[in-house]
Amino acid sequence: MSPLLTVDDLRVSFPTRAGLVEAVRGVSFSLGRERLGIVGESGSGKSQTGRAIMGLTPPQARITAKTLSFDGIDLLEASPRERRELRGNRVAMILQDPKYSLNPVMTIGRQIVETLRTHRKISASEAKARAIAMLEAVQIRDAARVFDLHPHEVSGGMGQRAMIAMMLIAEPELLIADEPTSALDVTVQLEVLAILDRLVAERGMGLIFISHDLRLVSSFCDRVIVMYAGRIVEEIAAADLRNARHPYTQGLLSCMPEIGGDRHPLPVLDRKPEWAR
Amino acid sequence: MTLPETSQMVAGRSRGARARGRAAIVARFLVVIVTTYLGLLAVTFFIGRVIPIDPVLAVLGDRAPAHVVERVREEMGLNLPLYQQFFRYLGDALQGNFGTSVLTTNPVMTDIRRVLPATFELATLGTLIGSLIGVPLGVLAAVKRGSLVDQAVRIVGLIGYSVPIFWLALLSLLLFYAQLRWVAFPGRIDVVYEYTFTPTTGLFLLDSLWQGQWDVFRDVFRHIILPASLLGYVSLAYISRMTRNFMLNELSQEYVVAARAKGLSETRIIWFHALRNAAVPLVTVIALSYASLLEGSVLTETVFAWPGIGLYITNSLQNADMNAVLGGTIVIGSIFIAINILSDILYRTLDPRTRAR
Repeated sequence: MSPLLTVDDLRVSFPTRAGLVEAVRGVSFSLGRERLGIVGESGSGKSQTGRAIMGLTPPQARITAKTLSFDGIDLLEASPRERRELRGNRVAMILQDPKYSLNPVMTIGRQIVETLRTHRKISASEAKARAIAMLEAVQIRDAARVFDLHPHEVSGGMGQRAMIAMMLIAEPELLIADEPTSALDVTVQLEVLAILDRLVAERGMGLIFISHDLRLVSSFCDRVIVMYAGRIVEEIAAADLRNARHPYTQGLLSCMPEIGGDRHPLPVLDRKPEWAR
Repeated sequence: MTLPETSQMVAGRSRGARARGRAAIVARFLVVIVTTYLGLLAVTFFIGRVIPIDPVLAVLGDRAPAHVVERVREEMGLNLPLYQQFFRYLGDALQGNFGTSVLTTNPVMTDIRRVLPATFELATLGTLIGSLIGVPLGVLAAVKRGSLVDQAVRIVGLIGYSVPIFWLALLSLLLFYAQLRWVAFPGRIDVVYEYTFTPTTGLFLLDSLWQGQWDVFRDVFRHIILPASLLGYVSLAYISRMTRNFMLNELSQEYVVAARAKGLSETRIIWFHALRNAAVPLVTVIALSYASLLEGSVLTETVFAWPGIGLYITNSLQNADMNAVLGGTIVIGSIFIAINILSDILYRTLDPRTRAR
């Protein structure tokens, strides 16, 4: 079986006044209908990797790759229109903070319906029924009422569920979740993750879970990629994370506190320039 | 797990609370209106008392005998204590009674009823032109930021708010009236129609349409189009600039990325999602620009011999016709208050976050 997504030697660079800045520098991986975690600190290129796959890289950036294909479609050769038809339909993305990623002047229901009606020819009433069903699927009990609310009228957790509903309603095969719970309270994080977990399993989607939280990723994903300065420094099965070989991964792991653990001095994350080479 | 409870954590409120919220907004609006209006009246009253023009002498001339002057002074209530004068002034103003214009010998309110529609028609058409062209131009400039289109819009805008309007007005008259003969001579309407056409509302375009007088409509249009385009151009300069800024701000928001991730077309993202959000502050900008045109654009009205309120007040001022000046000021102030409230209401309907707070 050919993989859902193939990324080979992906590079994303931005022209700036100081010259070309490479955000992603030769990332390669392939993905089936599985869960892949991408971990790294801010600026490691993990978000830009996700956006390049989505086709949401800012227009001034340059993208090159030996291969960037989704289900046999060469994404670099595809026209803007073809890529647009993939987005929201077969490949979707969940953004970080529902406070900013939902349109403040549109009701939640309309925003969900909009995704569906962009990609499917169905009547307004049927779209509404499906949007409400989708809201129920993300465990919003009073879905018919929430349908008519504006984003500012719901809590962060509820907003992120609406975001998930909006992105999953057209039943994509690949979902990119870019820090989907980082803006939420810890207690709400777990609920949203549980919902995401169930939907990804039920629908058999491929998932790329982008996060800076190594522990979260390792508990949620099958496989983890660790990125540093635009490169993959380690790729490892989530279960084997404890045995990570790369010093950067070990550094990230040792940063995590343990209950009852008492460490002096606290470990400091090592950053060696040669890892970036 | 406490999922069901937390999923109900909606910041929704009961219907009663919402109604009360709305009543509170209306009450606050009323307080604002009343205090602003009182302030306006107090200021105009004060100005009327401190300027070195004796209202009695303005009416009688400086050769009237002393006892006549004294009698008129008493009739006008000018020998009463100041606070009583103010209450009298307040009562008169609230009834729309601003006294008689020395210059035209009509009640000031009658004069204003005549000149205000002329300004209203011109300002409305100007604002329509300015927004209908300015907003799309601003959007284009924002979307194609840094491109030739953006530069062109910038230059058009720069000319619009740096070149004096009377100069533009004279030049355009020279071109479109004197040379090309596309538009009519300054004024609102041809002398021919002045006696055959009886306006009902004073808005000539509407009146002639309503009465089915097509030749009058054509003539009125030929008169209004040039001054309205000029005012429209000046407001376009401002509106397009502000639209560009608001749109640049909206287009950098995360919900635009989300809209792209949903697979929406750029057209829909720009003209529906982003512009709908930019429209919220834009309403205020357009309303302010409209209000400033409603004050009467003296320069434009002068060049185009437009019998509007700007020209009326300027003439009154030059003739020390204080009743007319103060009456006009109050009317303009009232319009300003009304426009502000209107834009506030529109703002609230456009932005759900400000509703019923």
